[in-house]
Amino acid sequence: MSEFSLLDPFQYLSLPLGEWVESILNYLVQNFRGFFRAIRWPIDQVLDVSETILQTIPPMIGILLSSLLGWQLAGRKMGVFCAITLFFLGLIGVWSESMTTLSLVLTSLFFCVVFGIPLGILSARSDRIERTVRPVLDAMQTLPAFVYLVPVVMLFGIGNVPGVLVTIVFALPPLVRLTNLGIRQVPEDKIEAARAFGCTPKQMLYKVQLPLATPTIMAGVNQTLMLSLSMVVIASMISVGGLGQMVLRGIGRLDMGLATVGGVGLVLLAIFLDRLTQAIGERSSSENPLHWYETGPVGFFVRRYRSMHSK
Amino acid sequence: MEDSTDILSIRNVYKVFGDDPDTAMKMLDKGASKDEIFEKTGQTVGVFDASFTVKKGEIFVIMGLSGSGKSTMVRLLNRLIEPTSGTIELKGKNITALGDEDLLDVRRKEMSMVFQSFALMPHMSVIENSAFGLEISGVEKKERDKRALEALEQVGLGEHAASYPHQLSGGMQQRVGLARALTNDPTILLMDEAFSALDPLIRYEMQGELIRLQKEQERTIVFISHDLDEAIRIGDRIAIMEGGRVIQIGTPKEIMSNPENEYVETFFKGVDVSKFLMAQDIASQNIGLVIDRQTSVVPATFTNQTFAYLLDDKKKLQGILPLSEHDRSANISALLSKQIMQYKSVYDDAMVKSIVNIVAEAPYPVPVVKKDGTFCGVISKDLLLQTLSHG
Repeated sequence: MSEFSLLDPFQYLSLPLGEWVESILNYLVQNFRGFFRAIRWPIDQVLDVSETILQTIPPMIGILLSSLLGWQLAGRKMGVFCAITLFFLGLIGVWSESMTTLSLVLTSLFFCVVFGIPLGILSARSDRIERTVRPVLDAMQTLPAFVYLVPVVMLFGIGNVPGVLVTIVFALPPLVRLTNLGIRQVPEDKIEAARAFGCTPKQMLYKVQLPLATPTIMAGVNQTLMLSLSMVVIASMISVGGLGQMVLRGIGRLDMGLATVGGVGLVLLAIFLDRLTQAIGERSSSENPLHWYETGPVGFFVRRYRSMHSK
Repeated sequence: MEDSTDILSIRNVYKVFGDDPDTAMKMLDKGASKDEIFEKTGQTVGVFDASFTVKKGEIFVIMGLSGSGKSTMVRLLNRLIEPTSGTIELKGKNITALGDEDLLDVRRKEMSMVFQSFALMPHMSVIENSAFGLEISGVEKKERDKRALEALEQVGLGEHAASYPHQLSGGMQQRVGLARALTNDPTILLMDEAFSALDPLIRYEMQGELIRLQKEQERTIVFISHDLDEAIRIGDRIAIMEGGRVIQIGTPKEIMSNPENEYVETFFKGVDVSKFLMAQDIASQNIGLVIDRQTSVVPATFTNQTFAYLLDDKKKLQGILPLSEHDRSANISALLSKQIMQYKSVYDDAMVKSIVNIVAEAPYPVPVVKKDGTFCGVISKDLLLQTLSHG
């Protein structure tokens, strides 16, 4: 090669980033295996419980329960809608796969909520935390999933648990962001009024900020669910089961039928979850004068019970 | 309110907004002006050397245009904004020196605030909103609901307890805001332009409501307003602020009759004096012939008078006598034997505004009497016109 040139110094200067990462990773794998195994444990537990429950409930009972849930949370129409979507899932023969995917998604949602909402609250309270957290969230959202699939496999192995882990990485950011935004958007005059009546910071959070931020936080939950669902397909590359696996197999074998069935299953599941969480979000923002126990199937039975007793 | 005592005293309070208040304070000590400080340090002086006292049971109005520092002033009182220097004492307790816990206690028990924007919690029902202060103080639900309902009934919203704020009109929402403040049963009620966001009719109604509540329970109220008519209507005393300074404090009448400077004067220009002057303020003793039985003094000449006002020995008004041409030469006993005529009188504390019709319709200058009938003077049409044209 020619001698050093200022115009193109990169012939000589280079930062061996790839090598570094590789050696760090090797070091971690060799010395901290136990630690990463320990991280698997809670995810394993939650996943186990949710999958066992979802898989053991017979489809018709499952449909009935979820439509009752839809009715309770968002009205009669939603109940009917839930029943139809899930019934269709069963019809195209992907009930079991759907339940696996659903348990994966719910597990990752669980951990996203556990970590994301407190993180969002913290970053809403301190600008410094927000400044630190934000680039990390950016990286989590923009880093192509394939990049961290390999290290995750090296550290955690393959299967559903690491699948949930990569899903959490991908789906966590919107919940943190929207929790942060929701709390920061609480009108200044409400905050001032709460202060004027002697709220401690804790009372402020629980009595004013969180209730007023609920619709935005619910939008975050909704986004997290949707991202989780889209991640499930990619995660199937590290041997995660469910609908994503179907799609991946279909593509691998050029079996369009199989891929389509898996894809449609995912879409149906997505619609079901999206509508349900959106409806919850709207409900929390609409200042419904009725209490939760006065609406839906519970309200129906409560009214029955009351009218029986008033006679 | 002569026998009332000071409940809140504010002494030499300053508030400098910005990141470097110390430099600004030093400049202030050297006598720098607000503009100078802003130019040199970028610090804004919000309140400049404010000192005043609020008496127990009065409505103390702080008035000024936007940017005069009045909203800052009221927030300094419960330390929603920390004063840069100076002391604020509530019942002899120095608020400015309180620690966090004690400050929360003051906000929970001593001072409640009503906001211009209502600032009700949209996720709480009317009664929950009203009970908010008690909830924060940790009062039991049963007890706080009872007290909240009482407060709501005071402001006439008892039936709307289960509604949500967005279901109510603006005026009703502010009644909830008022009830929320009253539920705490505070020593001092801070009202920050509480009625400014309401339309004129509702505002007038709410002012009336406040006056009525004040008559019932004699609370101390610090009321912020930019509306002079409002200040005059509800205020026992008014403090006028301009550019962060308190420039004059007094009753509406005092300020009106003796404005401190041009700013105050222009403020009061065009004010309808009939709204706050009372009949006794303008009644004159020099109109008409006053015949006082006790002293039996009869003015030697009464050539220009057409009516005589007859007082008994306790200076109470007995009647009005019309004087005809030849009565002027008649003696006093002849006058006294004349038939007194039908007449109307007005009470001394009647607002001038409310007696205009009576004065205009009566053929005689209308006598002003105290509640027990004691004669205070008379108001003629000329006098009334002169009064109304003032300002």
